[in-house]
Amino acid sequence: MQSKLNLDYALVAKARASAARVAEETQGFIEEHTTVAVERAICRLLGIDGTNIVGAPLPNIVVDHLLEKELLSVGAAYHIGNTMIETGFSPQQIAVEIDKGALDIAKLATNPPEMAKAKIAPAVDCAVKQISNNAHRRKKYLSEYGEKEGPLLYVIVATGNIFEDITQAKAAARQGADVIAVIRTTGQSLLDYVPYGATTEGFGGTYATQENFRLMRAALDEVGAEQKRYLRLCNYCSGLCMPEIAAMGALERLDMMLNDALYGILFRDINMQRTIIDQYFSRMINSFAGIIINTGEDNYLTTADAVEEAHTVLASQLLNEQFALKAGLREQQQGLGHAFEIDPEVEDAFLLELAQAQMAREIFPKAPLKYMPPTKFITGNIFKAYVQNALFNAATVMTGQKVHLLGMLTEAIHTPFLSDRALAIENARYIERTMRHLGEEIAFKDGGIIQERAAEVLKKAAMLLEDIERLGLFATLEKGVFAGIKRSRDGGKGLSGVTQKGEQYFNPFAKKMIGGPAV
Amino acid sequence: MSKGAHNAQEPVCSAAPDLTKLKPYGDTMGDGKVQISFALPVRNDEKGVEAAIRLAKKMGVEDPSVASHIPLDSEFTMYIIYGCLTHSVDYTEIHVSAVNEKVMNMEAVENYIRERIGREVIFVGASTGTDAHTVGIDAIINRKGLAGHYGLERYEMVQAYNLGSQVSNEEFVRKARELRADVLLVSQTVTQKDIHIQNLTELIELLEAEGVRQDYIIACGGPRISNELAKELGFDAGFGPGKFAEDVATFAVVELAKKLTKA
Ligand code: B12
Repeated sequence: MQSKLNLDYALVAKARASAARVAEETQGFIEEHTTVAVERAICRLLGIDGTNIVGAPLPNIVVDHLLEKELLSVGAAYHIGNTMIETGFSPQQIAVEIDKGALDIAKLATNPPEMAKAKIAPAVDCAVKQISNNAHRRKKYLSEYGEKEGPLLYVIVATGNIFEDITQAKAAARQGADVIAVIRTTGQSLLDYVPYGATTEGFGGTYATQENFRLMRAALDEVGAEQKRYLRLCNYCSGLCMPEIAAMGALERLDMMLNDALYGILFRDINMQRTIIDQYFSRMINSFAGIIINTGEDNYLTTADAVEEAHTVLASQLLNEQFALKAGLREQQQGLGHAFEIDPEVEDAFLLELAQAQMAREIFPKAPLKYMPPTKFITGNIFKAYVQNALFNAATVMTGQKVHLLGMLTEAIHTPFLSDRALAIENARYIERTMRHLGEEIAFKDGGIIQERAAEVLKKAAMLLEDIERLGLFATLEKGVFAGIKRSRDGGKGLSGVTQKGEQYFNPFAKKMIGGPAV
Repeated sequence: MSKGAHNAQEPVCSAAPDLTKLKPYGDTMGDGKVQISFALPVRNDEKGVEAAIRLAKKMGVEDPSVASHIPLDSEFTMYIIYGCLTHSVDYTEIHVSAVNEKVMNMEAVENYIRERIGREVIFVGASTGTDAHTVGIDAIINRKGLAGHYGLERYEMVQAYNLGSQVSNEEFVRKARELRADVLLVSQTVTQKDIHIQNLTELIELLEAEGVRQDYIIACGGPRISNELAKELGFDAGFGPGKFAEDVATFAVVELAKKLTKA
């Protein structure tokens, strides 16, 4: 694609280099630590699943046991391997025995890490194989049905009941949606465990459980076969259980995951140390599973002004890109986020939106950018909302965005009804069809409003990243640079789940997965 | 079409509405024109259209016409219907409870506190339960306010604490006690399956169980909150969209002054 914005690419490179150094500096901290969620994800991958009689998930039972016995710094993988050697149990049996109170891992003899590693190797290979089979299966579907050109139409389902969600998702798929995102219930991100089984009671969304993933996957495969299209499934890999949800998604062939390095810190007040460690392993799993991540910069503009704070979106995209690369996510897997959130009362707002969207396109040429519709300035006037969404759809098509989240005319009222979604898809398809090549036909005026705006945002982002580089990531978050939200290093939820790794620590999946996607 | 159609000779100029029999207005006074849309879980065919028409008639719509019927899936169809509403209401009989008779601006609130209360008034607010939305409570409390309406932090004679979001009711009550609050402000945005009702009710029950309900003036707010709903749930007042710091401040300081004189 030819540059329309006449961007200063030297400045882009400089900003990117700042972001890379921030990520590099933070990486040292990440490598030295693990968390309860990382260890639970390892348990899940080793085959520990299900709950005890009071409904507590078994991965929690195992990790809490290790935490209580002060054994976590060596890692769950070592202890499971060692316990297998000592007892002959499978990982699942180990969990069951701990739950019964019949097994105290602290009392077992300890074997050298190499032996524990060897003991769990078959279980590790089994999970790795299942995940890479899923990646191959996705690839096979895509080569059989073909990949869609142009934006992927992304809609949400959020009824709270997985079975109702399936009804809504199937209808949306038949209407032309390409990606179905099952929104999570309010409150799930703060649970330090993943609920179990099929669920029918959520608020503003549906619980992310492995069974719900499986049910929705099967439903979409069914409609996909009927339509000869591959339908993508998206969920939320965020909150206190990021890596566990990544593991579940990889095992159940999800295709996209909301997975931001900073979102939980800013919007859920999750401790920054916890999130930054968790995001790394979760992204490693996503990368290996061939999942496209979606980052959450769009949310900044719901609390901060989209004109004044546009540069924080770009700065955060550059940071998210560098953290993603560290975890092995290719650019093609990075659905960096941004949004159409300028106040409709602002003169030339549409031009400013075009500038931002085109700039993201040119700075991240290979990334399947995720573009969020207007939400903040959508009111109960559904008729006006439909027009706001039409303008957004036009910007999406003109600037070649890839993951096209559809705006709902009832955004200010309720989570989408079946009919709201159908109208949104109709709107998007109409605009996509009739404006298909508009972007290629037009050039932006040299030194005009659009070019100047992009230059200004880029310049401010580069300056901000320079500051962040000087301060370091944690101090930046303490200052309230993103979304106007300040967080303290030791504040927020989940810090007690962070542990320094001991010398003998190992994560058997990290090594297998870090090479990047399985296909 | 009985009432909407006119004979060209008839000299009907735009009539004044009959407020005792108030009805929707399309383009002719009293025509009762409404538009309705909904989806039915049936296929898109004549039978579905007839079902939609019958539903519209049951709603009191005369001569409903299905302007559009759009298939949403094999067994779901959306209908857009126009028609004339037969019902009317007596507008002259309606009385709604406004929270404040007159809203004071920031300076007036400050002066009122100085004169009538004589000490700083303490407000403690949060978005409670599992709700993570903060923009509403921030608009009320944070200095900057919203749309040119300053927040409580800017008021002199007011001490305002914003506890942020996802604050449990237990935590909220504990903080209220610790900060010696006079006024509690609760914001609720997520309303799906009435989660806000549950959460708001729980707060009042908690305060009552601890015997401290009367220690506070309690207001809630949010996009789906009305004064009526709030009172029904045991709050002193409720504030919906378009309400700002001065609205709740006026209410709270007047109530507090009343309470203090009673005590
Ligand atoms: C911004 C936003 C977000 C941001 C919030 C960022 C933040 N820090 O606040 C983010 C992206 C994080 C978010 C997340 C979610 N959101 Co949201 N969000 C919105 C959005 C776009 C705007 C809300 C807003 O900021 N309004 C502006 C403020 C100023 O208005 P207000 O709250 O009404 O406040 C005014 C008055 O009501 C009043 N007021 C409010 N509170 C109080 C309190 C007192 C005491 C007083 C006196 C007055 C008062 O004063 C204010 C000024 O006039 C709306 C859609 C929309 N356009 O409305 C959806 C919306 C509210 N979100 C929704 C949902 C479902 C969610 C999620 C649950 C989705 C999910 N499953 O993950 C999550 C929340 C998770 C959780 N645990 O709560 C739904 C709610 C549906 C429903 N009716 O239940 C909406 C309507 C979108 C939709 N159609 O689905 N969201």
